[in-house]
Amino acid sequence: MHPAFQAILTIIIGVGGCVGYFYFSNQFLDKVVFPSRGPNAGRNITRANMVRPWLFLFPALAALSIYLAYPVVETLRLSLTERLPGNRSQFVGFANYQQMLSEAKFKEALLNNLLWLVVVPAFSTAFGLLAAQLSDRVRWGNIAKSLIFMPMAISFVGAAVIWKLVYDTRPIDQEQIGALNALYLFFGGDAPVTWMTQIPWNSFLLMAVLVWIQTGFAMVILSAALRGIPEETIEAAIVDGANPFQVFFKIKVPQIMSTIVVVWTTITIVVLKVFDIVFAMTNGQWETQVLANYMYDKLFRANDWGVGSASAMVIMLLVSPILIWNVYNARKEMQ
Amino acid sequence: MSAIVGTKSSLTWAVHLSLVAMVVLWLFPTVGLLVSSFRTTDQISTSGWWNSLSSSEQNLTLRTDAPDTQIEKDGLFIIEGNLFGEASDADISVWGTSSRSIDDYTPGDVAELKNGTTVTVAANGDYLMQSEVPMDGRRGQRVFVTAQTPPEFTLDNYRNVLLDKNNRQGMTKAFFNTLTVTIPATVIPVLVAAFAAYALAWMDFPGRALLVAAVVGLLVVPLQLALIPLLKLHNEIGIGKGYLGAWLAHTGFGLPLAIYLLRNYMVGLPRDIIENAKVDGATDFQIFVKIILPLSFPALASFAIFQFLWTWNDLLVALVFLIDSSGETTVMTKQIVELLGTRGGNWEILATSAFVSIAVPLGVFFAMQRYLVRGLLAGSVK
Amino acid sequence: MTNLTLTNVEKTYPGNINVLNNINLDIKTGELIVFVGPSGCGKSTLLRMIAGLETITDGEFTIDGARMNEMPPAQRGVAMVFQSYALYPHMTVRDNMAFALKIAKKSQADIDAAIDKVADKLQLTEYLDRLPKALSGGQRQRVAIGRSIVRDPKVYLFDEPLSNLDAALRVATRIEIAQLKESMPQSTMVYVTHDQVEAMTLATRIVVLANKGIAQVGSPLELYETPENEFVAQFIGSPAMNLLPGKIVDTGDTTRISVTNGGGVINSSVATREDMKGAAVNVGIRPEHMVPETSENYAFESTVEISEALGEVTQLYFERQDADSSPVIAKLQGIHRNVRNKSMRMSADPSKIHLFADGKSLHYQ
Repeated sequence: MHPAFQAILTIIIGVGGCVGYFYFSNQFLDKVVFPSRGPNAGRNITRANMVRPWLFLFPALAALSIYLAYPVVETLRLSLTERLPGNRSQFVGFANYQQMLSEAKFKEALLNNLLWLVVVPAFSTAFGLLAAQLSDRVRWGNIAKSLIFMPMAISFVGAAVIWKLVYDTRPIDQEQIGALNALYLFFGGDAPVTWMTQIPWNSFLLMAVLVWIQTGFAMVILSAALRGIPEETIEAAIVDGANPFQVFFKIKVPQIMSTIVVVWTTITIVVLKVFDIVFAMTNGQWETQVLANYMYDKLFRANDWGVGSASAMVIMLLVSPILIWNVYNARKEMQ
Repeated sequence: MSAIVGTKSSLTWAVHLSLVAMVVLWLFPTVGLLVSSFRTTDQISTSGWWNSLSSSEQNLTLRTDAPDTQIEKDGLFIIEGNLFGEASDADISVWGTSSRSIDDYTPGDVAELKNGTTVTVAANGDYLMQSEVPMDGRRGQRVFVTAQTPPEFTLDNYRNVLLDKNNRQGMTKAFFNTLTVTIPATVIPVLVAAFAAYALAWMDFPGRALLVAAVVGLLVVPLQLALIPLLKLHNEIGIGKGYLGAWLAHTGFGLPLAIYLLRNYMVGLPRDIIENAKVDGATDFQIFVKIILPLSFPALASFAIFQFLWTWNDLLVALVFLIDSSGETTVMTKQIVELLGTRGGNWEILATSAFVSIAVPLGVFFAMQRYLVRGLLAGSVK
Repeated sequence: MTNLTLTNVEKTYPGNINVLNNINLDIKTGELIVFVGPSGCGKSTLLRMIAGLETITDGEFTIDGARMNEMPPAQRGVAMVFQSYALYPHMTVRDNMAFALKIAKKSQADIDAAIDKVADKLQLTEYLDRLPKALSGGQRQRVAIGRSIVRDPKVYLFDEPLSNLDAALRVATRIEIAQLKESMPQSTMVYVTHDQVEAMTLATRIVVLANKGIAQVGSPLELYETPENEFVAQFIGSPAMNLLPGKIVDTGDTTRISVTNGGGVINSSVATREDMKGAAVNVGIRPEHMVPETSENYAFESTVEISEALGEVTQLYFERQDADSSPVIAKLQGIHRNVRNKSMRMSADPSKIHLFADGKSLHYQ
């Protein structure tokens, strides 16, 4: 069978099953369990309406609890146990964490991740703010925005290929096909550099890829925030004699500070989960390891579920302040 | 702003130039890959892609036709033809007949060879070789030329990557596999989340606020945590590795954002409209299908685009939940990572494969950018 | 025949927030009942309880004798017109009107016939295939009304339907609604508004809601001429009725009262019993009933602080006792020049003078 037909068939089954559930479960509730006819119509309808929210919510709740809530608990448990032959496991307390902490590779991953956490959000937000401010002032701004935003659509793997080409190295006697080396030689470098092995520059070159992707996101959000600033405050500042830079830094930026924080934290979460870029470009060699890739190594290459889960819990721990802050804000908003 | 009196024009120029610089910087890497995917192996490995758009000067070693094609004409033995095989756009600046001096002659000059043979080469590569005695030898005369060749692009890479049935590393199968993962993994969460979001926005039941808070909390849970427990679970309940597992995983991981976005949107719909529908006799199911879904189209589209991009571009979920040892269900991202490992230097294949996988999301991006932006704003600013 | 009855109806929101108490009301076929009251008095809540959009905490609500408390809105046979029109923005005018009929599984021919008839009546025929966003405010309001008529409901519910229209359109639409009501004498309507002009012009009977309950039910003129209490007296009429503290000095068919501030003594046609002599009362006089008085039979004498000449009438604001009390207002016909800062004696015809003790009108005792 042609792969296209196979794909279509599989798709129909998957999507159809989902549509079917909602349609038939509602029919069942209204026609069979609590029919909206007969002497008890009013009461039946009321009852059906008490059940229906859960009918609507059931698939979502099931998926959320199985695919997100349960794994948090299970990972915590796994991180405290050791696998024994024959599908058995044994509680080992914090032994996995101790082992992990003693590994040089883990320290490297943690340090690198902290570096990523500072560099990527900072540069993405700064470039995004710059792009937003600049593009709002020119007539072709929308085209510029669209082009800077474009990397958002490119997969991390695709981005890795794109940037590998930029970082490519050829022997000294050949023409360089990587833009970075070509530039390096053009500006007086004496020999082409294999960038991916240059510690610590290689880590920063990997970060550049994520900055390249995330800047568009920051720009879109910040541009909307900039446009939301009341025009009067800017005009008042101009009348008060502020120059364009003062207007930007003293009037505009303070007014969008809360949005900058949101952008920063959102990118922070992306950074903590970053995996594909490192996996595809260096696979953590040459001291470019990060937590997510370290975890993948432990889980699927070393097959050490205990330490792998322990490192996953470290990522969870790093995310949790943001989680708590978000929930706190959401609850405040609901009231 | 532009109406304000006395705005400096130098600053305006600085703004334009900075923005141009930024756009170029952001576009440059992607264009590099795109251009490279249309170049031949030789071109990619001998010159940077940025040279491909201008004509390049190349030193080539070419041959005339072999002596057995000579004809006798007016007592002279002649071999005639074009060094490039057929008429080309090349422009020869200098040429020579010896590897030690490749720039002896300019086009139109006549070179003396051994045995009284002469050869002359025109700028476009046409040559004429004459001799009073029959020429011998098995191969043609070597001619060294320095030529300006115009930009040249080829579709061969795409033919090779997409259409060649014998290419085990081709992208066709991976393309359809990616599609098979992506479409249900987009539609199912949209559907499931839309129902849940409606319930959380407009239906009254105990524990609603708590559930909303839980969804917000789950928004940031890293999916790394889910890998081992779910792989174990999938194996235990018999799903194993495959499409079903990948769909479910993508659904689970996409739901918090989906519910959050859609609920925020639906809460903003006018209460009166929904109540009016109730007075009109519509049930919750009818209200959802006939009123809420059509009115929520912008939010549904926003999330669908997110989820589409995310699942299309995903590597981790596919690695863990989908691709088994047979490799029958491999997706494009995985295929590219493989290529990076095994064919790291073959840029024509890498660039083409990567571009095949990037093309669809880019198309979606440019077609539906409006919804994407709207979704981003709804998802983060609140 | 459609009778609505509310018996001891009560509404309490979670957290023990009581908004309506002890509501007893009987609405007869063909009546147009208007709920008025200050904002937050629960008039919309009461309407939504009738519609079934809010649960009834306690008491009973029946339509034609059948208990409706547990009935979902759709089964009550009511149609509602919302303040925001609540048109379905993604449907054409025709589809908006057809929505309820389609859900009720009416045949396409019936639906078309009903829509055509109503569209003709409301002059909407040429807009049937437009989306709501292509209509003006007044047209949208007509669609909202048309949508309810199409269903031929037992009861029409209007929730401040004119509040989103500008002043001129509001008057025109108000008249249209009045004509519509006249053309459908058998249909029962319940109408909520905060605008007393709407209430006075449209209502068969007005229900004034205040303090979680019904202050008075009656025809518009009953409320104006014989308000049951000070709240209704001041709520109906503009500017509000003046209340002057005083004391009963003589009882009988005609009551004589001395007014505390301003020193006058005046007669009222409200009859009082002998034991009321000496009781503290509030004398209520509507500004439009005040007349200048030269004789000794006056209500009060005071200095005019501000005079507003409107041409048709002149409004006089008398000196206040202290900064927080509201001034006594008189609305005199025609133009009165040079009255500012002058001291004037004011009185009114005895039949126009209301008496309230403890907030309640003595007329009903």
